[in-house]
Amino acid sequence: MSDEPAFPVFPHRHLLGMAGLSYPDIQTLLDRADADVDVSRQREKKKSVLRGRTQINLFFEASTRTQSSFELAGKRLGADVMNMSVASSSVKKGETLIDTAMTLNAMRPDILIIRHAAAGAAALLARKVGCSVINAGDGAHEHPTQALLDALTIRRAKGRLDGLTVAICGDVLHSRVARSNIILLNTMGARVRVVGPSTLMPASIEQMGVEAFTTMKEGLKDADVVMMLRLQRERMAQALVPSVREYFRHYGLDAAKLALAKPDALVMHPGPMNRGVEIASEIADGPQSVIEEQVEMGVAVRMAVIEALLDARKNENEAA
Amino acid sequence: MLSPYSGTALYRNARIVDPSRGIDEIGTVFIADGKIVAAGASALNQGAPEGASVHDCTGKTIVPGLVDMRVFIGEPGGEHRETIASASAAAAAGGVTSLVMMPDTAPVIDDVALVEFVLRTARETAKTRIFPAAAITKGLKGHEMTEIGILLDAGAVLFTDGRETIANAAVMRNAMRYAKDFGATIAHETQDADLSAGGVMNEGLFASWLGFSGIPREAELLPLERDLRLAALTGANYHAAKISTAMSAQVIRAAKDNGLSVSAGVSINHLSLNENDIGEYRTFFKLSPPLRHEDDRLAMVGALKDGTIDVIVSSHDPQDVDTKRLPFSESADGAVGLETLLSAGLRLVHNGDLSLSRLIEAMSTTPAKLLGIEAGTLAPGAPADFAVIDLEFPWVLDAETLHSKSKNTAFDEARFSGRVMQTVVAGNPVYGA
Repeated sequence: MSDEPAFPVFPHRHLLGMAGLSYPDIQTLLDRADADVDVSRQREKKKSVLRGRTQINLFFEASTRTQSSFELAGKRLGADVMNMSVASSSVKKGETLIDTAMTLNAMRPDILIIRHAAAGAAALLARKVGCSVINAGDGAHEHPTQALLDALTIRRAKGRLDGLTVAICGDVLHSRVARSNIILLNTMGARVRVVGPSTLMPASIEQMGVEAFTTMKEGLKDADVVMMLRLQRERMAQALVPSVREYFRHYGLDAAKLALAKPDALVMHPGPMNRGVEIASEIADGPQSVIEEQVEMGVAVRMAVIEALLDARKNENEAA
Repeated sequence: MLSPYSGTALYRNARIVDPSRGIDEIGTVFIADGKIVAAGASALNQGAPEGASVHDCTGKTIVPGLVDMRVFIGEPGGEHRETIASASAAAAAGGVTSLVMMPDTAPVIDDVALVEFVLRTARETAKTRIFPAAAITKGLKGHEMTEIGILLDAGAVLFTDGRETIANAAVMRNAMRYAKDFGATIAHETQDADLSAGGVMNEGLFASWLGFSGIPREAELLPLERDLRLAALTGANYHAAKISTAMSAQVIRAAKDNGLSVSAGVSINHLSLNENDIGEYRTFFKLSPPLRHEDDRLAMVGALKDGTIDVIVSSHDPQDVDTKRLPFSESADGAVGLETLLSAGLRLVHNGDLSLSRLIEAMSTTPAKLLGIEAGTLAPGAPADFAVIDLEFPWVLDAETLHSKSKNTAFDEARFSGRVMQTVVAGNPVYGA
């Protein structure tokens, strides 16, 4: 018997998105992650619950931050972690995602973490392999562990999620972070706003459980949390926004715009930041910013998700 | 194709539905030397011929063989997906006795040699009639016109750039003007390349949740409206090959009301399915045009009913694992459809949307007329091409049993009532007993 507190069993084989997760599912993951924050803050940062288990990080899109966060999470749980990067893999030789998945599956990993530029890639993989799959971002679809780490950051700072007003600002159209957050925050009872130019909003956004605003002045008013999204430079070439300076003037978070939110509003960003594009440096580094905490919570949340999925499988195996 | 059956045969006691003559009655189909002698209640008024082989069709329905105006085949260039022989086997199993093959092959059917290749291969290997459509522009590139006159003489029945939309209005105008001189019909599938760039499914809430940029309905509408203006300018015969939205149907209706020589087609998929069928990224439902909202599907059914839409096509498009077993956004468009065309269409009859006669008109009589081919009728002297159908036969599709080389059906495990029991081409049974 371990001395770990017992958490309710997480009733899903994979974590492919926030869609389909219930209030208690999310609570369980956040509670587990809270405990894992303590592990990460100890001098001895390692648990041994996953000794002998294999975790493969399969990243088809480069992402130093997310990949190292997952790697650290696996290692702190005692798992053997293998990183598969695209540059050195056979994907570039024309091997399909499914072929890659079958090959990796034959190596009998216990958990696969996948990031891919195509929406639905994680779901496709999950249908083809025997182990649990965690979606680390699939196209503009979902990035569930980011939404969970955002929620954990907010919950630890504000003590709750329900009733809070969260403004998600910027390139919602291309953002998997926004979609996962919209679903999670709605499930947990927060009020979600999105703010940005119409060219960066998905079709039918007003039916996605949010209030949509095209000006920061309206969108940030009395917000408890201001969540900024990254703006890719290529959006200018696509004629979605005219220029960086115009974008920053109207949608970049500076002191004047932040003053519209509640005085104790949190400032968040999933990273990597474009300082001077979507956020001013003084705000990113200012007293209301919890951007560094987000990174710390990322490791804890990923530990929690990995453990929850493998725990659920353990029960499944014992039952079988 | 087999040479015409030289004997005499009677298909008796069948319900005979022949929209070309407005017939829906119990009777006999009497054939000799590969042609219809008579079909209907009074077919044997002159007495039954001696020595005829007799088929009892009690409880069955006989309709003119279906004419599918839009079929993609992989031969030449993609024979692992579909050959002319395998497509014709699929056609036979679906009651399709004539099909028009799209020019999207490798090489493209933009030259008389390719038309001859298709016709020769069909003669040698196909069970059904295969009619080549030729490209409007060389290489389907949208710039230089093909030799429309020579291609017509060689046997091309329709001019289309297949999956491609001609972006250049001047090229389209000239092709229409030139085709009109030869009495040729221009068929066009319209999708604005810029407006649909990056889109992989219908634009709307569902696409937004899945994380896809969508293809707006206007991407189909804008080039279609342009084409209709050019059809008015040139007086050409113009066929909107595959429309999918209520707005498209509206502008077709208006063009017809203005007396233009315009017709329109819809794929059986857009009459049967909507965007929600994509579910969790199912690539067999990734089509072009994309499956739309249920409101658009209903509008397609309505437009078919009121005659705005003239023909139903399978838009048969074989794709293999190499093009479909991929993430949704990376996978190819298209689904096979020859073998399910009629059964899926019968759903519309069973639920009261369409009469059987209207369905067969849109799947056989009207396309034959638009193409100017001898088909789509059971009138005396016509080729003995017909399908024997059990309208109520219950069955479940198992994709593995398809005759097509590719199994990318949007109807796997679908339940149907009604199935083709026998298909006859030039008097020869080519499918069923």
